[in-house]
Amino acid sequence: MSDIIKIENLTYSYVTEDGKNSLALDHIDLSVEEGSFVAILGHNGSGKSTLAKHMNAILLPEGGKVYVAGMDTSDESLIIEIRRQIGMVFQNPDNQMVANVVEEDVAFGPENLGIEPGEIRQRVDDALKQVGMFEFRTHAPHLLSGGQKQRIAIAGIIAMRPRCIVLDEPTAMLDPVGREEVIRTIHGLNRQNGITVVLITHHMKETIDADRLLVMKDGRIVADGAPCEVFRNVRGLKEIGLDVPETTELIYQLNKEGFNLPLEALTVEECSRAIYAVLS
Amino acid sequence: MLKDITLGQYFPGNTFIHRLDPRTKLIMSLVYIVLLFVAKDYFSYGLLFAFLALIIAVSKVRLKIILKGMKPILVLVVLTALINLFYTPGNTVASFLVLKITDAGLKNAFLMVIRIMMLIAGTFLLTYTTSPIDLTDGLEKLLNPLKRIKVPVHELSMMMSIALRFIPTLIEETDKIMSAQKARGADFETGNIIQRAKALLPLLVPLFVSAFRRADELAVAMESRCYHGGQGRTKMKQLIMRPRDYLTLALGVLLTAGTVILALLGL
Repeated sequence: MSDIIKIENLTYSYVTEDGKNSLALDHIDLSVEEGSFVAILGHNGSGKSTLAKHMNAILLPEGGKVYVAGMDTSDESLIIEIRRQIGMVFQNPDNQMVANVVEEDVAFGPENLGIEPGEIRQRVDDALKQVGMFEFRTHAPHLLSGGQKQRIAIAGIIAMRPRCIVLDEPTAMLDPVGREEVIRTIHGLNRQNGITVVLITHHMKETIDADRLLVMKDGRIVADGAPCEVFRNVRGLKEIGLDVPETTELIYQLNKEGFNLPLEALTVEECSRAIYAVLS
Repeated sequence: MLKDITLGQYFPGNTFIHRLDPRTKLIMSLVYIVLLFVAKDYFSYGLLFAFLALIIAVSKVRLKIILKGMKPILVLVVLTALINLFYTPGNTVASFLVLKITDAGLKNAFLMVIRIMMLIAGTFLLTYTTSPIDLTDGLEKLLNPLKRIKVPVHELSMMMSIALRFIPTLIEETDKIMSAQKARGADFETGNIIQRAKALLPLLVPLFVSAFRRADELAVAMESRCYHGGQGRTKMKQLIMRPRDYLTLALGVLLTAGTVILALLGL
């Protein structure tokens, strides 16, 4: 399949308070294949959010190029089309809602695109059903839980029928239940609707089911591959201050003690099965 | 404490009043307010009061909620009543020291209090029965002709709806900051007015900082959702004037005629 996002030699720097230039993105090359689920892992200040903002032309490259479905993001005439194709969900659900009623908020994107009213209604209902929030369509968003609000934010994006959704730490402000809801929802959208997902996070657990995992540090991509391959390098990840999932940690420690377990066993089930196989 | 604020609050419902087009409700509210100042005496007030009672009955908004909403303006009502009571010339009915109560003063005070309360009740009914989105949509549609003289009508209505959207969020945040400051020993309740105003500073500073941060994030989120001003924008919910709206507006015309005639007759 073709690449929905293509980033070539991208650099971007911020001016810090004391007037110095700090390089947030350091010559990044990245292609995201259409229909895939890509997770980006990194600490605060690793440049992952800055990278995300380049994917829908909120930030424009200082050096290098970003192409979305073949469109150059620095071409201002294409900006609306680029943002229609790449939806973006942010960390704080409260700060991305514009309306007092759930369905009105979901309708905001399609309204901006100038779609005719009947079609908007259809899209809003579809989007809310997809995220499982249809029963809440006439509620006020501020009375809902964090996970529910974030699902509504996602519905607001898919109502624009994008080809790709970029989520910038969508679960950072949620409780475990809300986190679970959101992650399940975006996996569903990826599998059933074929929407490309770029998930930016600092929770290892959420990256396990991704097709591809990128690890960022100091504006560079330091690891890139299937999650089980990336996590296999336990020592390397620890060196840049990232933890590995508990299952990998357990196997890593056991292997240090002389066992020979596969580090690819990421889910709890796989892990327990592997340990069981060795014990019996 | 802050939860009590009912300003601009909407109580969802599905009554005749709730289903009216917001433009109808806006026009009727405006007419009603103007008429309150046209009204002269008991009869014209009575007519307007009957209209208000009818709206309250049909809209099924509980009387308690309306009365609760009046609490913040109680001081204003009492003050107005007192001024009218003592400073209207007429035949003296009672007097203490230098203050005289006249018969005309009694009547004025009564009517003034009724007028303010009816004014508040009427405007509250508008926001109680109309969702903020409908309200701003209606306002945008009503003011649309002003676009020709370069009034940014869409931007104004967008600003208003966002402001209304963030009221509950900011109230919640204020509560949180207040608790956090109280936990660190801040005192918001005692002291004279100046001390209390000073105590509010550590509350307002973080609130403002956070409001600006929110505004910034919201702007980015709106841009990400292809917002580019009012041009070429459509609406999911179209405002349509239905028979019930024309019926209500006809009632408005009758009410106006009735009040004006009664007022001209001095009743």
